[in-house]
Amino acid sequence: MIALIATTGFALAMLIAAVVALRTRATAVAVIAAGLVSLFASVLFLFLAAPDVAMTEAAIGSGLTTFLFFFVLGRIRRESGHDQ
Amino acid sequence: MTSRFTLRNVAVLTLLALLGVAFWTLGSGYTPDAELNRTAAYYAQNTASEIGAQNVVTAIIVTYRGLDTLGEVTVLFLTAAIVALVLGQTKAPRGSSGSGFLPSGELLTTGTQMLLPIILLFGAYVFVNGHLTPGGGFQGGAILASGMLLLLLAEPGRRFGHRIISRVESLSGLTYVFIGVLGIALAGGFLDNRILPLGAFGSILSAGAIPLIYALIGLKVGAEFSSILESLEETEDA
Repeated sequence: MIALIATTGFALAMLIAAVVALRTRATAVAVIAAGLVSLFASVLFLFLAAPDVAMTEAAIGSGLTTFLFFFVLGRIRRESGHDQ
Repeated sequence: MTSRFTLRNVAVLTLLALLGVAFWTLGSGYTPDAELNRTAAYYAQNTASEIGAQNVVTAIIVTYRGLDTLGEVTVLFLTAAIVALVLGQTKAPRGSSGSGFLPSGELLTTGTQMLLPIILLFGAYVFVNGHLTPGGGFQGGAILASGMLLLLLAEPGRRFGHRIISRVESLSGLTYVFIGVLGIALAGGFLDNRILPLGAFGSILSAGAIPLIYALIGLKVGAEFSSILESLEETEDA
């Protein structure tokens, strides 16, 4: 029963984070929300007894991808700053 | 103007409804299996005696379905190569490293110096223990690459050794295939892990060649991700 409630809660949080990522105007918030979707997904994988998949999802989905987005975001800002 | 937008909305809603119906039919007919199917039952029963690995997932990935894993590693290699090829066209001139980079801050620099060895050590732990605990080459490699990413964030002007990364990558890939061919010669087939003794079940040097293969995969995946990040880092559009 507790596992069911926790799973539902994480699934709902994942959906909310996805909606936030789609609707927000600030790019940084959208990137963080997309990372949160992956993080909640990896917790869900753990509940589904798939720790291997959960590790991959946490490392690549929420770790590397989020940082990659921020990396490119900083680069875009820097280069548009050069042009001015 | 308004009619076009409503038409578009109708199209979007219809697509969403179709998707919903598709997923509903998928989900409503789903009943969890009461028992493992034949392949899964075989893996669950025979992994310990045939492969000697405590983690069944690893035994399937590295040995039973080893060829698929070789394919995955190849796909990742191709991705890294294509990223380097595309982004290498606009490479920054050598002298301009660090030009225009914002300083990364004391906190990030000091934190990186403290965390980087631990992250790299954890990555190595994950892929060396792949046959015992959850995780393995891909996960460990991704952790290694995230450590390299932290280094890139802390010192944006820094350049890694291209040569070291590409050497590690090609050497581990070649050794991986060589171990696979050894499997044909000495054991049951390509990528068979029984070229080395299976050892005591559950100890770190067990499961034949699996720890070796997973360490190679981990190094290769880490090098590939690092080279992708590095190509992104070194590109200048200016």
